[in-house]
Amino acid sequence: MTDATSANVPTSAPAPHKSSLLTQTALMKKRNAAESRFKAYGIAAITLSLSVLAIMLWTIFSDGVSAFKQATFSFPVTLDAEKLDPRGNRERDEMMRVTTIGYTNLLNQQLVAYLADRGISTEGVSDKDIAAFISRDTPARLRDMVLANPDILGQTIQFEGFATGRIDGYLKGRVTRDTAERDTNISVAQLDLADRMISEGILSASFNWSFLTAPDASDQRPEAAGLGVALIGSAYMMFLVVIMVLPLGVAASIYLEEFAPKNRWTDLIEVNISNLAAVPSIVYGILGLAIFINFAKFPQSSPLVGALVLTLMTLPTIIIATRAAIRAVPPSIRDAALGVGASKMQTVFHHVLPLAAPGILTGTILGLASALGETAPLLLIGMVAFVANYPAGPLDGGMLDPATALPVQVYSWASRSDPAFIERSAGAIIVLLAFLVVMNIVAILLRRKFERRW
Amino acid sequence: MTRHWLEIADRVIETQRYQELSMTVKLSASVLAIAAVSATTAMARDNVQVTGSSTVLPYSTIVAEAFGENFDFPTPVVEGGGSGAGRAKMCEGVGTNTVDIANSSSRITQKDLDTCAANGVTEVMEVRFGYDGIVFASDVNGPEFAFTPADIYNALAAQVAVDGAIVANPYAQWSDFNSAMPAQEILVLSPGTKHGTREVFDERVIIAGCKETGAYDLFLATAQGDDDRAKSRAANGECTKLRTDGRNVDIDGDYTETLARLEADKKAIGVFGLSFYQNNTDKLRVGTMGGVVPSTESIATGEYPVSRPLFFYVKMAHLDVIPGLQEYVEFFVSDDMAGPDGPLAQYGLVSDPELAATQEMVANRTPMGPLN
Repeated sequence: MTDATSANVPTSAPAPHKSSLLTQTALMKKRNAAESRFKAYGIAAITLSLSVLAIMLWTIFSDGVSAFKQATFSFPVTLDAEKLDPRGNRERDEMMRVTTIGYTNLLNQQLVAYLADRGISTEGVSDKDIAAFISRDTPARLRDMVLANPDILGQTIQFEGFATGRIDGYLKGRVTRDTAERDTNISVAQLDLADRMISEGILSASFNWSFLTAPDASDQRPEAAGLGVALIGSAYMMFLVVIMVLPLGVAASIYLEEFAPKNRWTDLIEVNISNLAAVPSIVYGILGLAIFINFAKFPQSSPLVGALVLTLMTLPTIIIATRAAIRAVPPSIRDAALGVGASKMQTVFHHVLPLAAPGILTGTILGLASALGETAPLLLIGMVAFVANYPAGPLDGGMLDPATALPVQVYSWASRSDPAFIERSAGAIIVLLAFLVVMNIVAILLRRKFERRW
Repeated sequence: MTRHWLEIADRVIETQRYQELSMTVKLSASVLAIAAVSATTAMARDNVQVTGSSTVLPYSTIVAEAFGENFDFPTPVVEGGGSGAGRAKMCEGVGTNTVDIANSSSRITQKDLDTCAANGVTEVMEVRFGYDGIVFASDVNGPEFAFTPADIYNALAAQVAVDGAIVANPYAQWSDFNSAMPAQEILVLSPGTKHGTREVFDERVIIAGCKETGAYDLFLATAQGDDDRAKSRAANGECTKLRTDGRNVDIDGDYTETLARLEADKKAIGVFGLSFYQNNTDKLRVGTMGGVVPSTESIATGEYPVSRPLFFYVKMAHLDVIPGLQEYVEFFVSDDMAGPDGPLAQYGLVSDPELAATQEMVANRTPMGPLN
């Protein structure tokens, strides 16, 4: 019986699958190939973006690193009292009548005389060409020095000053003998003289602190241009943005997330906040011009107006980040707090907010970083300008004095005609990048340190 | 009992947190209040504000910087942004939150003056401080170019005159219409319509070339219009239509953009300001126009045809309000600055031969008359 039944089992049943996981079938090969292709696409995408980034960084750094070095000359200058204070009574008002042109002439004559004294050959270089070694910024510095301390008149001082952009470029390799041959602003003979001055120790290159501290300079003196005003302006703006955007953004998010009823109105607000985050930044500039300058009559070009505009711009981003951080706090925490009798407000401020703080901080820092790099809205409120005076201290109304910002300085230097400004512009990008990298690293560290997983 | 103590502790913590929170709120509110109050007190602005043409911008910054160095006034704040935008900003009204001076690379228009008058800016001082040359330059290693306005017209116009008839521009190389020119493909980076430079480019080069080649007469013959003036305007309009097949590229950015494009495509001819060219002679080779090499001298004598006056416009209502404004204007036109040996001339400005008259006008505060 059993035999019979076993014999009745149809032998045509499908044979058991004999393949092993270790031997690949055609289908499996296809799937594996698809997977490795996908991996390859991913790697290619990353390689491509990394190489583009590398190229960008390489161009910026190769152009910009030299901005941190500066050629200076140093030689003894006799401050001729008769020329610098013709009346001889050391009155500031009268000494001010000798303009920088007078000081320029004095410096030029003294440099020519000094070279002759030292026996340095100036063959093929006219006195005017020697004078062209001295930056136009230098006489003003000497004049300020004399006006501040008239007692040094008549003395001989060892005076240090910048060399002009082309000579500076020669010491840093931007200007070569080849380009000098075609360049009407510098001659090969001048470069030869520069070589002799270097070997005599009159001319040398050193780290350029003034690039970080000095204010902007005009098109004729790229060597004197610095980021001082832009750094102060950016710092003022970031400070004001933080103290305005953080309370506003956090309060708005807490209300929307924890207290607001879920209805059509809050939905509408939510959609609008997301939309505002995507509005082009120039729109905020137009708004700022209309509201803060034309209506509220705040002064143009001031960090206060810039900060107000940037606050409006970053507010939606901060609200979105803060809401996400608050939402990430598990409901069980709220339930537990409410369960032991905490009020809703206590729940939020004692439990939810502290737990959401790392996320809020990270969002704020990233929002600030984008505000720091913003130029377009500042264009309309007069901050894309030539500002040569430092704004006053923060307590003396400095927030209302004209100032520029880091990205603005990059933009305005990049559009100037002297090639030395291209180097400065790239140097300013390096400074800006350094700030952004620091801010992003701080954001990552804060997240790592305080982040909690549930 | 324990519960009671816990409650109290909780309340203490609570009040502390609220205090902290309200501190932050109060702090930011008070900062805003301080800012608002000081904004109203800061209405008395103590620095001169200048805006306008990006061509005039470098000259203006050079003067502003020297002004700040030599006077006890703060250094004026100078903005770029374009001639038209600058004049519009000046015409926004009177008051310390409006600008004092508008730089302009073309003359103010009646429309601007009307806006000004409507907004209470009734008296404006027009200061012409020099001339700026416009040059055609190519890559420094490329062939030499000797242009005439007719060459530029033939290269760039949408329609040109061939054998007494108007035809769509057929030329692909410079040598196609002038055998003396290099056999190089036509590609010109011309100033965009936003530029003040475009006006003088159209007027002194394109329309002049249009007349030289005879295309103007052909356009005039078919022009529609009620009278001769309308007809000639229509013909000029036809002349200034440039070809759109990619051989003429309008550059709306700065000269630095033109230079970057020229370095990328070596066969291009770029249109630059004289001062920009003088700062980049190691990269650019300048073309002659009608056989004249552009230089401050040849522009001053009028030999080199493509130049334009540079102006700035001063809001006279601000003269006694903003400290240093009158001094800045006088310093700008002084021989030390705008004279033939001054720093502006060294940067590429062609000094105005009538500078003395301008200095007198500035000293007497003569407002500008109606436009002729």
